[in-house]
Amino acid sequence: MKISRAEVERVSRLARLALGEQEIDDLRRDMDQILGYVEQLNELDTVDIVPTAHAVPVENALRADLVRTGFSRDQALANAPVPDPTGFRVPRIIE
Amino acid sequence: MQLYNQTLTELRRLLHAGETSSEEMTRAFLDRIEATDHKINAFLTICREMALEAARAADQRIATGDAEPLTGLPIAVKDIFNTKGVRTTCASRILDNYIAPYDATAFARIKQQGGVLLGKLNMDEFAMGSSNENTAYQPVRNPWNTECVPGGSSGGSAACIAGDQAPAALGTDTGGSIRQPAAHCGVVGLKPTYGRVSRYGIIAYASSLDQVGPLAGSVADCALLLQAIAGYDPADSTSVDMPIPDYSAALTEKIAGMKIGLPKEYFIDGLDPEVRQAVEQAAEVYRSLGAELVEVSLPHTDYATACYYLVATAEASSNLARYDGVRYGVRAADSRDLIDMYTRSRAQGFGTEVKRRIMLGTYALSAGYYDAYYLKAQKVRTLIRQDFSAAFERADVLLTPVAPTAAFRLGEKTDDPLQMYLSDIFTIPVNLAGTCGMSLPCGFTDSGLPIGLQLIGKPFDEPTILRAGHAFEQATEWHKRKPSL
Repeated sequence: MKISRAEVERVSRLARLALGEQEIDDLRRDMDQILGYVEQLNELDTVDIVPTAHAVPVENALRADLVRTGFSRDQALANAPVPDPTGFRVPRIIE
Repeated sequence: MQLYNQTLTELRRLLHAGETSSEEMTRAFLDRIEATDHKINAFLTICREMALEAARAADQRIATGDAEPLTGLPIAVKDIFNTKGVRTTCASRILDNYIAPYDATAFARIKQQGGVLLGKLNMDEFAMGSSNENTAYQPVRNPWNTECVPGGSSGGSAACIAGDQAPAALGTDTGGSIRQPAAHCGVVGLKPTYGRVSRYGIIAYASSLDQVGPLAGSVADCALLLQAIAGYDPADSTSVDMPIPDYSAALTEKIAGMKIGLPKEYFIDGLDPEVRQAVEQAAEVYRSLGAELVEVSLPHTDYATACYYLVATAEASSNLARYDGVRYGVRAADSRDLIDMYTRSRAQGFGTEVKRRIMLGTYALSAGYYDAYYLKAQKVRTLIRQDFSAAFERADVLLTPVAPTAAFRLGEKTDDPLQMYLSDIFTIPVNLAGTCGMSLPCGFTDSGLPIGLQLIGKPFDEPTILRAGHAFEQATEWHKRKPSL
């Protein structure tokens, strides 16, 4: 296999995904198959090729630094998973 | 005559001739959705009261002579568009309860004209899929055969047109997500050039590939919708500030002398014989209309799918990092600490395919693998773009199949992600090149499933593919067939 179980676990920590044992096994199988498939790109010599990040050339877009109306606090908090009128509640970070 | 089986263009004529009202036609479509959607599951949210209110306001505008092109016309949008005050799920559990606080620009432009939102359409979760089976809700079914998939990811957008539940819809296309479902459902779907339509407010999947586009019952309808949504938007720095052509006026120009390129790499052994025959017959239609057929080559076609699944998953893993259970969306209960809350909220909220792509993209971007995978794919992307530039020196338009087969059966490919990915081999290269492509009906299989024709244009040359598509429609009857739902 191209990818070890430990590697799948490492990537799941980077991706912030709590995976079950079965999920890790399934993902290892799928990733192995897909990584095997994408290996065909190595048939192509790309040493002198400039990579494409965007199909359309993009430059930094700057706008005037003006004060504009944004969401009110109530609007910004309306979708919060734990309702609180003052902010987003999260588990304790500092012991 | 039923209002619900008319095209957008015809509904507009009826509205302005005073033969119907926006409220009457809106009600006709809402009733049709109510009567049929249990068979195909195209809608995730139906906006009945809001739609009727908007329709009455549109009737007022028309009465006072204040109408714009889409005033009073009903439309449905994929649930990937933020729609202010309306639930916007992206067909994911993680956004099950999310109410959008603003409108995506493309939808806002239609709303500003007085277009009427009928509801939000089902899709593959976060637009990741080719069959619409990756929805967190009920899978969309194909109106031509409800045992078959409608294609994806904009499966609801294509199925609602085929099922006469809406005259027009918006979708998004990252690797074929407008064109492939349009082909499988026998409707017209247009993916504009990257940068032609603002992406602001569409929930991001792969930002260098995503593009908004229309689906409808005719090429003329798509031209009408593109006119409304195209153009620069300061809120999307990748939208391009270029003049917007008159797309409807472009339809009627002649196609005699047009050079139509047939890329030889698209007519391969894996192509279903019925699809091949229909597409080759479509090419003959063009020849009979005075177009010139030329063979062209896109030599890196075979590498496009591999390239796409690295570029798209890498961008997805970054874009989907925002779903952390903090500010919106679903949060796992009883977390030990912050990291535990992140990892369990994401694990509970995302479906299998979304996790698979996040994992693949995270791996491709992680230390030690970046050059081998992501950078390599970006270089191959350059080769694919160069293929198209070279082909367009010999042809004005490229003509290809949309998908290697007609719609497949539900469950047929769910256990094999790679097979599912390969259903997009003919649409993916267009996104990597960043140019425009359209799918339109060009025949049916013996078992009665629609077959799609793809027309690919030069960057920002939507007028030419619309013109070619319209000419084909005038010469054929395929687009007039309807499923019995």
